Amino acid sequence: MKAALKVGFIPLVDAAPLIVAQEMGFAAEEGITLDLRRAPSWSALRDMLSFGHVDAAHMLAPVPVATAMGLGGGSAPMAAISVLSMNGNVIGVSRDLADRLRGVGHRFGFDDAREAGQALIAAAPGRLRIGVPFPFSMHAELVYYWLSSLGLPAPQSVDIRTVPPPLMSDALKAGEIDAFCVGEPWGSRSVEEGLGELLLPTRAIWAFAPEKVLAVRDDWARAEPALRDRLIRAVWRAGRWLGDPASRSLTGELLSRPEFLDIPAETLDRALSGDLVISPSGEMRQVPGFVEFFKGAATFPWRSQAEWIGQQLAGRTGLDRGTAIRAAREVFRSDLHREALRATTADLPGASSKIEGALPVPTAVSSKVGKLILEPDSFFDGRVFEPSEF
Amino acid sequence: MSDTLSIIVVEADRDRALQIVESLREAGDFDISVISEPTTLARQIQAIQPDVVLIDMANPSRDMLEEMALASGPHERAVAMFVDRSADGMSAAAIEAGVSAYVVDGMRPDRLKPILDAAIARFRMFQRMRTELAETKRALEERKVIDRAKGMIMKARGVDEDQAYAILRKAAMDQGKRLHDVANALVTAAGLLS
Repeated sequence: MKAALKVGFIPLVDAAPLIVAQEMGFAAEEGITLDLRRAPSWSALRDMLSFGHVDAAHMLAPVPVATAMGLGGGSAPMAAISVLSMNGNVIGVSRDLADRLRGVGHRFGFDDAREAGQALIAAAPGRLRIGVPFPFSMHAELVYYWLSSLGLPAPQSVDIRTVPPPLMSDALKAGEIDAFCVGEPWGSRSVEEGLGELLLPTRAIWAFAPEKVLAVRDDWARAEPALRDRLIRAVWRAGRWLGDPASRSLTGELLSRPEFLDIPAETLDRALSGDLVISPSGEMRQVPGFVEFFKGAATFPWRSQAEWIGQQLAGRTGLDRGTAIRAAREVFRSDLHREALRATTADLPGASSKIEGALPVPTAVSSKVGKLILEPDSFFDGRVFEPSEF
Repeated sequence: MSDTLSIIVVEADRDRALQIVESLREAGDFDISVISEPTTLARQIQAIQPDVVLIDMANPSRDMLEEMALASGPHERAVAMFVDRSADGMSAAAIEAGVSAYVVDGMRPDRLKPILDAAIARFRMFQRMRTELAETKRALEERKVIDRAKGMIMKARGVDEDQAYAILRKAAMDQGKRLHDVANALVTAAGLLS
C-alpha cells in the first residue's frame, strides 16, 4: 500500500514540480501518491497546511519566513524543505499607463529594470497603485526593493495592494490598480484579455530569486522523516525532468488540464519557453531563464535566501533585523534537503549559505560531484547581500 | 461605543448571504453587513470598522484581508485571522466547514463563540450542498455519456437498448473498468472517426 500525501497547490505555472511529480510517476517511484488539492487562495492554503488538512504545500517563499517572524496570524511553524522554482513573475501595467510610459520615451525593452523603473516613476499618474498576490510574497519584496533602490521610498510613497492572481485583470479593468506583479500565467492572461501590457520580468530585478518553496509543518517534518525524504526526492526528480527543454510541450499540456490550471497550453508555454507576448498588439520578448526549476541547484533552499527575505520583511515592518534574520535562516532547511538527496546523483553545493547577488556570470562552485555551476544572481543595482555566517 | 458586535459577511451569492444573516440573528443581537463585491473589500472594511469578518474559505478575495493584518495607521484597527488551538478547536472546525473568521483588535474570544458556532453550522450545510450538487452533476454527465454510447451500439449492431447496455456492461467487466469509462472511450473514439 502506497503512502498518500495530501499536497495543496495554487493554480500557477510554478506548481509544475508537484503536478509533474505525481503525473509523471516520480512520486510512485518513491512509493508515495500525491493527492493534489487546488486551493483558492494563499491564506487558505497556509491554513490548510497549518491545521493539517494537507501535509505539504506549494508556498510563496516569504510565507514560512513571515510565520517564523510572527507576522500574519498564528500559523503553525513551517519548514521549507525544497525550493520549487526560481523567478517566473512579471510586472505589468494598465493600457493607460503603458501609453504614458511610451509618452516619456520608454521603449519596453523588457530587460533593464533601472530604465523601466525610472520610466514608471516618471509616468505615474499620481501615487502608484501596484497589485501583488499576497502581502508576504517575492512579488511584494521585489517591487519594494526595486522602487526603493530607484529613490521612491517604499512602502510610504507607493500603494501596494493585495489582489488574488485570477482577479488581477479585473482589478486593472476596474481601475483599482495601475500596475501589478504576478506569477504566470496571470500576466499573460491580462495581455490576452487586452487589459494589460508587460513591463519587466522580475528576473531583471534579481536574476536568481527564490520564488516558491515546498513547505511542510515543522512538527510533520520531525515526525515523518521517511515520507519527508521521499517527497523531497520525488519533487527533485520532477524538477530535473522539467529542466529538460524536451519536457516543455508535455508540461504545458499537463498543466492546462481542468483539474490543474485550466488555462490553454499555448498561454502556459509562454512562461515555460520564456517567449513572452508583452502587449495585446503581439510584441514579443525573449527571456532566457524566465522560470527555472533545476539549473544552478535551483531546488536547494539556501539559508542566505531566507535571510534576505527576513531582512526585507524586517525593514518594512519595523522588526529587529538581527532577530528576523536568525528566525528566517532556520526555516530554509538546507540540512533536510541535503539529507534526502544524499544517495542520489544530485550535485548539491558544499555550503548552505552564499553571498546573494555576487555572481554576474555562471560560476563553478564546490559541490558533492564537483560539476555544479551556479547561475548569475545579480541584483539590478549591483548590491550584494552578505549572510550572517560570513 | 455600542455593545452590539458588528459583523461583516463576505458572500457574493445573495441567497447564501441571507441564510448566514438569518443564522447569526438567531444566535444573538448583532449588527450585520453583507459585502458582495470583492474588489472593494478593503475600503468597505475600513468604512464599517467591524469586530468580526466572516468569509468563505473558497473565496479568493480572502487574501485581501491578510493585508489588513499589517495595516497599522493611527486610525486603522488591525485585523487578524482568528486562530484558536484550544481543545474545542473552534478554528479547526471552522476551517473544516469552509469558513474563516477575522477578528479585529481588542475583541474577547468568548464573544466570538456564538457567532462562529452559527457560521460553522451554516457553512457545513453549504458544503454538503456543494458536494451533493457536484455529485449530481457528475452522475448526470455520466448518464449522458452512457446513453450516447448505448445509442451508438444500437445503431452499429442493430440491437435494442437492453442488449446495447448488456454489451457495454460486459465490456466494462471484462476490462475491469467503470461502465462510464468504457462508454466515454467509445464516444471519444467515435468522435475521431466521424
